Amino acid sequence: MVSKNLTISNEQGMHMRPASLLSQMAAGFDSNVSIKFNGNSYDCKSVMFLMAACLKCGSEIELVCDGPDEEKALNEISAFIEAGMGD
Amino acid sequence: MYNGIGASRGIGIGHICRIIEHDLSFEAKMVEDTEAEKKRFQKAIDSFVEDTNAMAEDIRKNIGPKEAEILLGHAVMMSDPAMSGEMFKMIDSGQCAESALTAVCDMFIGMFQNMEDEMMRQRASDIADVKVSVLKKLLGIKDINISKVAQGTVLVCKDLTPSMTSQIVKENVAGIITEVGGNTSHSAILARALEIPAVLSVPGIVDIVSDNDTAIVDGTEGEVFINPDGDILSKYLKKREDYLAKKAELQKFIGKETKTADGETLELFCNIGTPRDAKKARECDGEGIGLFRTEFLFMDTTYYPTEEEQFEAYKEAVETMEYRTVIIRTLDIGGDKDIPYLGLKKEENPFLGYRAVRYCLGNVEDYKIQLRAIIRASAYGKVKIMVPLVTTVDEMRSVKKLVEEIKEELRDEKIPFDNGIEVGCMVETASASLIADLLAKEADFFSIGTNDLAQYTMAVDRGNADVAYLYSTFQPSVLRSIKYIIECANAAGIPVGMCGEAAADPLMIPLLMSFGLDEYSVNPVLVLTARCIISKWTKAEADVLAAKVMAMDTKEEIVATLKAASKE
Repeated sequence: MVSKNLTISNEQGMHMRPASLLSQMAAGFDSNVSIKFNGNSYDCKSVMFLMAACLKCGSEIELVCDGPDEEKALNEISAFIEAGMGD
Repeated sequence: MYNGIGASRGIGIGHICRIIEHDLSFEAKMVEDTEAEKKRFQKAIDSFVEDTNAMAEDIRKNIGPKEAEILLGHAVMMSDPAMSGEMFKMIDSGQCAESALTAVCDMFIGMFQNMEDEMMRQRASDIADVKVSVLKKLLGIKDINISKVAQGTVLVCKDLTPSMTSQIVKENVAGIITEVGGNTSHSAILARALEIPAVLSVPGIVDIVSDNDTAIVDGTEGEVFINPDGDILSKYLKKREDYLAKKAELQKFIGKETKTADGETLELFCNIGTPRDAKKARECDGEGIGLFRTEFLFMDTTYYPTEEEQFEAYKEAVETMEYRTVIIRTLDIGGDKDIPYLGLKKEENPFLGYRAVRYCLGNVEDYKIQLRAIIRASAYGKVKIMVPLVTTVDEMRSVKKLVEEIKEELRDEKIPFDNGIEVGCMVETASASLIADLLAKEADFFSIGTNDLAQYTMAVDRGNADVAYLYSTFQPSVLRSIKYIIECANAAGIPVGMCGEAAADPLMIPLLMSFGLDEYSVNPVLVLTARCIISKWTKAEADVLAAKVMAMDTKEEIVATLKAASKE
């Protein structure tokens, strides 16, 4: 299992579009991908849970990847979040 | 014959297609063959996703990628493991697909509804939409695709929603009949914009008619005939021909100045709701924009639009008008127009509540974003700022103070703008009308909003069919109010316009000429009609008529007199 602390940087936070892009990206990996925030863990492969996490600009999260391709997943997904998730 | 409100002029003759609201109730039951049930469910999902993607593609082509995203999001949500995955699990345990769908969707709806973030609360309504669409698939209910109806169709429905209207192909829809809605409702405004004859507020019409009945829609008189006999049909075919001929006559006024019969030049502007409409205003020969409603910018997003986004939209309209006047009204929110992410509280009396300039001055930081975007757009043409729903002099002073602060900021930042940008007052409340003399000292111009002015003066909800008979700009009280506002503007030497529906009313125009109105702002499709009517009256004739009706006691007398004198 690998993890990384990140800050949500896009102005609108985790709304529909970034959530759907992020979930599609996460679904491309065999590893389990989740976000820890405020003591809860949210499955990144589900757009519904991603939105339910209610992440805003400035929210500090921990991205956790666990599985065969965890390193690759962590690198690519954290780069995507840091770049503002396409916003 | 059935009577209703003639909301969009012209005669439409065609075959009825009813748009019926479906009953979505189902019997929750346990299933034995869960594999078959899952297959049935998967088929419904596939069909829903296919439809949704196709609709999104249509919207992307016709409206824009941003608007399409909402629908694409619906397809993504339904395919989500947390949604369909959970539903499949429930079916595995023996529940029917309808129950599984409803249970999981309702769970998420409840979850999103309780969130603090307004934008997230919006998602609850998205999920509700998805639920209804998939449920229809499961129950085998087919929605009529309005965009696919045959030529010569008369649409009959309870109410025409904006999403239904967006599917209308103008060439195929001959007429519209609804059970609710008044002259200024959404459906009326949209029908007029599409130039489709429409009669609204015909009680029970959906149950009276059947599909494929022949219908005549007289949107000028507000009359509907179902399966008329030969005599009536030929009479209306003739009437339709006359109407179209008259429309052709108006083409002669294209490219002409707007002049009264005795040669006085007036300004004839347009009301628009999006930057794209500015193009329509130019095509229809509008001489400027008398009202640019900015609500679209705020309603089409899930967040408060940024200064850049607003600036680009205003600039687009301003550049389209090429140095002709563009009057931009600042956010007129509240009342019947809600924007979920602003988090407005539900009110007992929204029309008397926290709306328009009241809301804006209560949220100065947001308001400054809009004002800054408008002022920046003034570098690209002739822009004026209009403040809606003013009731006190202080409100005008506060807005002007903000404008000066922003100008100072822009100067410091060396961002170009028009230093002489005017700030005007929309006069649409009884209070503003009664203190028009005081407001005229603060405002650079007036614009009379007759829809709200009539509503507030008569204390009538304009969407309520039971009291609609009171709602009229020809009520003596409303006419006196309009006259006084114009006189105050004239006395103070500031220009006065009208951006309500009344500015294009053939019966109202001579009165406005007599009162001394400078600028008439109308729906783009009515520019030529208004120009034609203005050309037929001299000031002296209008004065005689105005003196006569202003001495009358009732709306009925006034309207009858104006009709008799009409030069249409």
